[in-house]
Amino acid sequence: MIALVDYGAGNLTSVRKALTALGADFVVPSMPEQCRQARGVIVPGVGHFSATARLDAPWREAIDGALASGTPLFGICVGMQWLFDGSDEAPEATGLGAIAGRIARLAGDADRRLKVPHVGWNSLDFRGQARLLRGLTSGAQVYFTHSYAAPVTTECVASTTHANTFSSVVERDNIFGVQFHPEKSGDAGLTILRNFLEVCG
Amino acid sequence: MLTKRIIACMDVRDGQVVKGVQFQQLRHAGDPAALARRYNVEGIDEVVVLDITATLESRQALARTINAVAHEIFLPLTVGGGIRSEDDAAAAIDAGADKVSLNTAALRQPDLITTLARRYGSQAVIVAIDAKRRDHGFAVYVRSGTTDAARDAVAWAREAEARGAGEILLTSMDRDGTKAGFDCAMTAAVSDAVDIPVIASGGAGAVDHFTDVFTRGHADAALAASIFHYAESSVSELKRHLRAQGIAVRL
Repeated sequence: MIALVDYGAGNLTSVRKALTALGADFVVPSMPEQCRQARGVIVPGVGHFSATARLDAPWREAIDGALASGTPLFGICVGMQWLFDGSDEAPEATGLGAIAGRIARLAGDADRRLKVPHVGWNSLDFRGQARLLRGLTSGAQVYFTHSYAAPVTTECVASTTHANTFSSVVERDNIFGVQFHPEKSGDAGLTILRNFLEVCG
Repeated sequence: MLTKRIIACMDVRDGQVVKGVQFQQLRHAGDPAALARRYNVEGIDEVVVLDITATLESRQALARTINAVAHEIFLPLTVGGGIRSEDDAAAAIDAGADKVSLNTAALRQPDLITTLARRYGSQAVIVAIDAKRRDHGFAVYVRSGTTDAARDAVAWAREAEARGAGEILLTSMDRDGTKAGFDCAMTAAVSDAVDIPVIASGGAGAVDHFTDVFTRGHADAALAASIFHYAESSVSELKRHLRAQGIAVRL
């Protein structure tokens, strides 16, 4: 059973639909404790980093506890950003701190007509082996919609370039995260979600 | 590199896809879920469902349509047409929409843009602008193109962005359904005035029209309906052609 954490950041409908299509056994936990019992935890999210403040102490402790016991944790979009220390978008909100680094605003480039937000399909440039990316090749395209992004750290297994290069996929031990929306990225996105489910066993 | 998006629009009435010319003369074009499935196989980047009747009875039919389409495709799905309140937007999003498109309601109650952007994020809020050329500038029309809103499209797009819109869907009423090409000058004027992406709509009839609107029109995405519905041009053929002309697309 996978725990799909609902903390009120946007809507879960599309992630639910994708998990259902993949035949995943999942619940949206009403109690933080359910995260400790799950085989995997997914933290989705669209919108503003400040919404992660709703992942208060009991939820953080439960997710941290699951992570410490080896349960795979998958952050999507703002959920991935939350894995880091914090974000310039909402300096008062603290991230989980599972990955060192800070989320910063994307740069645009007026001369090249590169706008922020970064909205649309862009490519994943692989930077090494990753369980999350099995079955895909470097250059695979996925759907992004965001104005803030993670720096390229040692956990970065795929990066993407807009005006600058940022981490689009992170993976280390049982920690996984993607900046884009796998549930909205067609077959490539479903492959990534399926890979996470396989890691969960 | 961020690619240029090709978006298929389905105007839906009573659960069926229909298409008119210059907002008139509707004809039937098929089942929305079946069309969405075909577009997905052909490589469409995004789908828009516009409820063109937007009566009370049609709201429930629309929720069923959104649900059926969202079960077929795992791509960004926008719903528009008659979204007048936070509740209308919530119903569309709960049914499976990722974004809602506001038109008349955005001009009448601009606060709705901000309310929805706060609740769902700016990426979920598209402001749709239907506009016609004037001697000076571009006039915005509302109520399905029947009423002059006495606003200029460029100024309104800027205001919509400031209020929290995440994208602008700009339709040329002069070109809608004519297959005479997008209004590149109008699209460029709006796109250059805002930082958010601009989706060009109205007039797609040939592959070169897409090349034009991505180059001269500075569009971030292009939307079409009839050219895809009647399979006059498949999405995959269009994208191969665009790539050959040096336009970055997802293939």
